[in-house]
Amino acid sequence: MSTQTEPETEVEEAEAAATETESAVESPGDRRRREKQDRATEREAERAEAEETLDEEETVQIKVFRYDPEVEGKREPRFDDFHVPFFKGMTVLDALIYARDTYDSSLTFRHSCRQAVCGSDALFINGRQRLACQTQVADLDAETIRVEPLPHQDVVKDLVVDMEHFYDQMDAVEPYFDADELPDDEMEQQRQSPENHEKVKLSTRCIWCGACMSSCNIAADDNQYLGPAAINMAYRFAMDEREGEIRKEDRLKIVEQEHGVWRCQTQFSCTEVCPKDIPLTEHIQELKREAVKSNLKFW
Amino acid sequence: MYEHDVIVVGAGGAGLRAAIAAHEEGADVALVTKLHPVRSHTGAAEGGINAALHEEDSWELHAYDTMKGSDYLADAPAVDTFAQDAPEEVINLEHWGMPFSREEDGTVSQRPFGGLSHPRTTYAGAETGHHMLHTMYQQVVKRGIEVYDEWYVTNLAVTDHDDPEDRECHGVVAYEIATGEIEGFRANDGVILATGGPGQAFDHTTNAIANTGDGAAMAYRAGAPMEDMEMIQFHPTTLPSTGVLISEGVRGEGGILYNDERERLMFEYGYANNDGELASRDVVARAELTEVNNGRGIEDEYVDLDMRHLGEDRIIDRLENILHLAEDFEGVDGLEEPMPVKPGQHYAMGGVECDENGETCIDGLYAAGETACVSLHGANRLGGNALPELLVFGARAGHHAAGKDMKEAEIQTGYSAKSEDGDVEPPVEPGAVGASSEDAAADGGSAGTMVEPDDVIEHTIDRERQRVEDLMEGDGINHAEVRSDVQKSMTATVNVFREEEGIKEALRDIRRARERYEDVSVSDPSRTYNTDLIHTIETRNVLDVAEAIALGALARREFRGAHWRAEYQERRDEDWIKHTMLAWNDGTPELYYKPVLLESQWKEYEPKERSY
Repeated sequence: MSTQTEPETEVEEAEAAATETESAVESPGDRRRREKQDRATEREAERAEAEETLDEEETVQIKVFRYDPEVEGKREPRFDDFHVPFFKGMTVLDALIYARDTYDSSLTFRHSCRQAVCGSDALFINGRQRLACQTQVADLDAETIRVEPLPHQDVVKDLVVDMEHFYDQMDAVEPYFDADELPDDEMEQQRQSPENHEKVKLSTRCIWCGACMSSCNIAADDNQYLGPAAINMAYRFAMDEREGEIRKEDRLKIVEQEHGVWRCQTQFSCTEVCPKDIPLTEHIQELKREAVKSNLKFW
Repeated sequence: MYEHDVIVVGAGGAGLRAAIAAHEEGADVALVTKLHPVRSHTGAAEGGINAALHEEDSWELHAYDTMKGSDYLADAPAVDTFAQDAPEEVINLEHWGMPFSREEDGTVSQRPFGGLSHPRTTYAGAETGHHMLHTMYQQVVKRGIEVYDEWYVTNLAVTDHDDPEDRECHGVVAYEIATGEIEGFRANDGVILATGGPGQAFDHTTNAIANTGDGAAMAYRAGAPMEDMEMIQFHPTTLPSTGVLISEGVRGEGGILYNDERERLMFEYGYANNDGELASRDVVARAELTEVNNGRGIEDEYVDLDMRHLGEDRIIDRLENILHLAEDFEGVDGLEEPMPVKPGQHYAMGGVECDENGETCIDGLYAAGETACVSLHGANRLGGNALPELLVFGARAGHHAAGKDMKEAEIQTGYSAKSEDGDVEPPVEPGAVGASSEDAAADGGSAGTMVEPDDVIEHTIDRERQRVEDLMEGDGINHAEVRSDVQKSMTATVNVFREEEGIKEALRDIRRARERYEDVSVSDPSRTYNTDLIHTIETRNVLDVAEAIALGALARREFRGAHWRAEYQERRDEDWIKHTMLAWNDGTPELYYKPVLLESQWKEYEPKERSY
């Protein structure tokens, strides 16, 4: 047990202990940096060797977008090739993890659950928005797998994009349940018919991965467009009979604004890429109809 | 430095509920989380939320089932509090718009689940956790609760008193992943750890890659003991190639387990003559592996879970998500063929010792959810009891931290609750490498007798900046191999079936990993989104929790619940109705025991044989 109050002292001691056999000419920091550089060169050579020994028949090549605004050599976006041993059932996420853990620990991408519920790893894989964890390498049926960050979003680093704009659009539709009134008895449930539950069920599956927004041409041109995910979120609440008519009117007003549902040109790209099979375009269309109906009421 | 009344670390089910509860009490609360909240692993929970809602059901029955399921290692005050609070929490969720599956009359449906005496499990398809997580995140947004997302908490700011029970937690230090900024977060009223489970201590797990036991490891090193860490649940139905979970809901709806001779194994070999496939999870997991070990496994690895007889309509209505999982992650069409399943690490019953109000022995430090051990689940958790635990104990921790007047806890925490010395003989020294030279309260605390909150936080910030700089500047090995070796060792030896020699092997492997960890460094030089650094820090936490699990497994010389020992084939109530406790003890861990409370102010439980 120590009662030191100066943390720096301990660190210096530790460093001194670690470097006491070193000559005084080279500073510990210089030595570390030099050796780190040597080690990096060595690793690069090992990596090349490891890749060479892999049988081409059993490997898959991934071509991965690289960019880091603060690292020399990565400021200009480029693609790196990795050869990864293939196994049955391998997903694109597996391949990325293998490449990172084996060849280059700076390879950066979001991932967590590995089972298509956390929505972290939506990427642009062979020209289409997909979840890396949900995409079987074998199903791509391609010699090379090209992995890029989601288009139309700012790249933070490698495959990581800035999700702030996506989150802002979600927030813009007041994405929370807000019933006109709740039962008086606080232990009393609100009633919802199985049919109504069924009606909103698909819309509640959204995992906020951003694939739809990235695929949408309208969103690419109009930065203020709410986008498919946010409009689907509005649908999820507007169609839930538990909220009530007053709230529904408010919700329709939000989606009817200039950058709302009327921007959608029903190109179905969002619906095609949605990893949870949410019929996004249909939901947008239905909100258009609801908005018209609701406006007629006031005429 | 940021400042709030209550800081909640982690934004899964327990963290979100805790934040809402603190907000309900008028506290200025913030969530600090390494993932955006909707990415949390609560979202992967499939089955459901147990609560006694029906008139013919009661909290007493729910409590009884939970205690029986725990194999009498749960504490009665935790169990009774839980069963009493659960219905209100479920109705809360309903009022917040949770899309529960419904009956014809519009009320919330409830289905049967393993180990339950009544159909008590509320659910939303087979995606209950996803809906619960999103429903609560929506309420966080509605209330305007501050969220620091993609901020990784690397340490707690705890005072450095000799006795952990004198220590106070004043906040946390976190690393902003996008920018590399390291900042302090002062918590005037409390820090609530809700960082989830330690699944990444194992190789084959249903847990997310982010589930590295961060909160448990940080609290442990700061002086809060870990409790019953050997109690790990292996879920009987995970997909063999990935560990992706197939919900107990499949068996709840009538799914059947077959061996390679197409025998209904649960009945054919007498594993559970009454409940069959719906016996408790530990029973089913052992049954499957016994079949495999006796040569009746399919491809010597797994058994079949068949739901085809339920019919397409019912499957699509209630278990549609399962069809997608089986297809995407195993390439199997559940409507056409049985699904291959085997046991996988799923859940930690143990965790940071705390009481019914979430308080640890360190003042101002709380734990909730899978991070915590109240103890509610004892030696085995029932399906459908994890999600309501997040709600009940998340809410209680949030309320308590925010100053709500609550009943005093019956459960005692800290070393002073010890009843017996430990008697475990690990083959190698556990704990910190070079513990004697490591300073006090190793990673958790600050040095000296610093007590002013800001000083403690500033000091912790300095330490963490130095730690990050050392890792970045260093020239060493990649953490990934260290982590992976420990995971493989744990899955090979501290699995469903445990033998003394195997557990010792794991401890030796962990020791070697600890020594190698001394040489890890981060090769990515960037401050921008440096996941290499984050994963390297996480690996330290994985080592601590893995070691705690293995030490507990070595200590407990009996067969209780999820913990099976080759050398001790019986539950030994006379000696072992006690919790295995592990104190970090500034780097030289000490194992000891504390009593299990089988009596609460409401009820008394008598240990009975656990048959299903």
